[in-house]
Amino acid sequence: MSLDAEEVKKVARLARLELAEADLARLQPQLSAILAYVDQLQALPTAGVEPLAHPIPVSNAFRDDVPAPSLPVDEALANAPNRIGNHFGVPAVFSHD
Amino acid sequence: MIEKTATELLALQDSKSIRAVEITEAFLAAIRRREPTLQAFLHVDEAAAIEQAKAVDAKREAGQPLGALAGIPVAVKDVLCVKGVRTTAGSRILENFHPPYHAHAIERLLAADAVLIGKTNMDEFAMGSSTENSAYRKTRNPWNPDCIPGGSSGGSAAAVAGGEAPLSLGTDTGGSIRQPAALCGIVGMKPTYGRVSRYGLIAFASSLDQIGPFARTVEDAARLLEAVAGHDPRDSTSVNRPVPAYTRSVNQPVRGLRIGVPKEFFGDGLDVEVGAAVQTALKEYEKLGATLVDVSLPHSPYALAAYYIVAPAEASSNLARFDGMHYGHRTKRKADLIGTYSQSRGEGFGPEVKRRIMIGTYVLSSGYKDAYYVKALQVRRLVKQDFDRAFERCDVIMGPTTPTAAFPLGAKQDDPLAMYLSDVYTVSCNLAGLPGLSLPCGFTANGLPIGLQLLAAPFEEENLFRIARMYESVADWSARRPALA
Repeated sequence: MSLDAEEVKKVARLARLELAEADLARLQPQLSAILAYVDQLQALPTAGVEPLAHPIPVSNAFRDDVPAPSLPVDEALANAPNRIGNHFGVPAVFSHD
Repeated sequence: MIEKTATELLALQDSKSIRAVEITEAFLAAIRRREPTLQAFLHVDEAAAIEQAKAVDAKREAGQPLGALAGIPVAVKDVLCVKGVRTTAGSRILENFHPPYHAHAIERLLAADAVLIGKTNMDEFAMGSSTENSAYRKTRNPWNPDCIPGGSSGGSAAAVAGGEAPLSLGTDTGGSIRQPAALCGIVGMKPTYGRVSRYGLIAFASSLDQIGPFARTVEDAARLLEAVAGHDPRDSTSVNRPVPAYTRSVNQPVRGLRIGVPKEFFGDGLDVEVGAAVQTALKEYEKLGATLVDVSLPHSPYALAAYYIVAPAEASSNLARFDGMHYGHRTKRKADLIGTYSQSRGEGFGPEVKRRIMIGTYVLSSGYKDAYYVKALQVRRLVKQDFDRAFERCDVIMGPTTPTAAFPLGAKQDDPLAMYLSDVYTVSCNLAGLPGLSLPCGFTANGLPIGLQLLAAPFEEENLFRIARMYESVADWSARRPALA
């Protein structure tokens, strides 16, 4: 499997990752080489094998729904790139047009 | 002082021969002397470390009960959150991040009266096998500063091997504890998935990540795991089962030991000197009464390919949280919401993290998920079933930790796939969730350490330590130390 430049751009868009033209040019052969390597799995028959997402059997870990102290507002906002009052300042989510 | 093990330093404090503050001062002095060469640390707060050590001495003088690691300096990989202390995960995107809480493992260290001596360098978000992917500095191998220390926990391994700390914590997603332990000539252990809470660990691949110890001896590693293991309701994958007293049994040999030797771990690509050292170690075990059993892990040649689908897939999802909104880097350029996400991430992530996010996004994208991600999860089950079958016939599986000894800085940096192949013997353990340990078993002619890998069935950490200690008790390589200032 190899990726062309347009596909690399599309994946970067899906990943919300701005890439410079030089990055795109470098990534295209690197990603193609990695995908070519992992493509060896296609040769292995796996029909009927149940996928394993988790190595140790885990089921839902329920806990009692009891109130507990949460992070104070000032501590929660201490790392904010843009604090506005008691809020995180972010670019507009909806445009006007 | 810095030559002593944690176990020895605890005994010396108990006999009032030394104080905790003297221990911390000795290791801080070693850090000052050696860091210009090793560059293992990203952050050291001397005053805070000395304060912690003084508090331990005060507790001792007042006759108060002391924790299991009282006065022992522990270095911590910079991927574990320490409240109020800058925690970067080796990334520019977290350059100014100060966590508002402690990771569970950090709480455990503090409850054990350990001294947090510093945060160690790592590959960005633990993605790498050489620590060269750190956004901040290149850590050197204490045995040869022209070589890499391994990765991604390279700083934690170099700090212990270089006598800057007696103990350290790392994380292992595909070999990131065992591989640097092997390349730096120390003991490194990846516990069973779920044994140590991941609360406060900055996630890379959540079904593979596990926190574990580095030490110069097996007993010290057992001591550190004993302190940090155990159930934590804040990590729903943390397992609620008792933690054995590993240090109490570590010196008891395992009678009738059966060692599984998979031929797949001794094939093409294995360096001759590494293979010979591992074979010599296996003979030592035979002299100790162990039986070698041929086992087969027929799907292990596919494990690396499966890993490099599963791990990036989980990473691309986990790292979506770094969007410049609530914490971490936000672009200074003016943009709309989506543009702010993309630019913040483009500016904040380094090349390897971008590669993995791209691979992960691709293999999870519509039309490719079944061919890549689901296929890899099927192979993951086959890899695990191989181990289940093998452990019916043996107590432990042994082989080399890495295909080669440490390589020179820069040797693989432009070839990501060559770098990935450093993990060829370590990733299957993570896919199957097993505990694994790397133990020093010799040196190359060039004086670089070689590691023996031991893998056991889930939650068999206690046996793993005992089995490792059997070899160490007849072939102790920890006395040989690198030549450092």
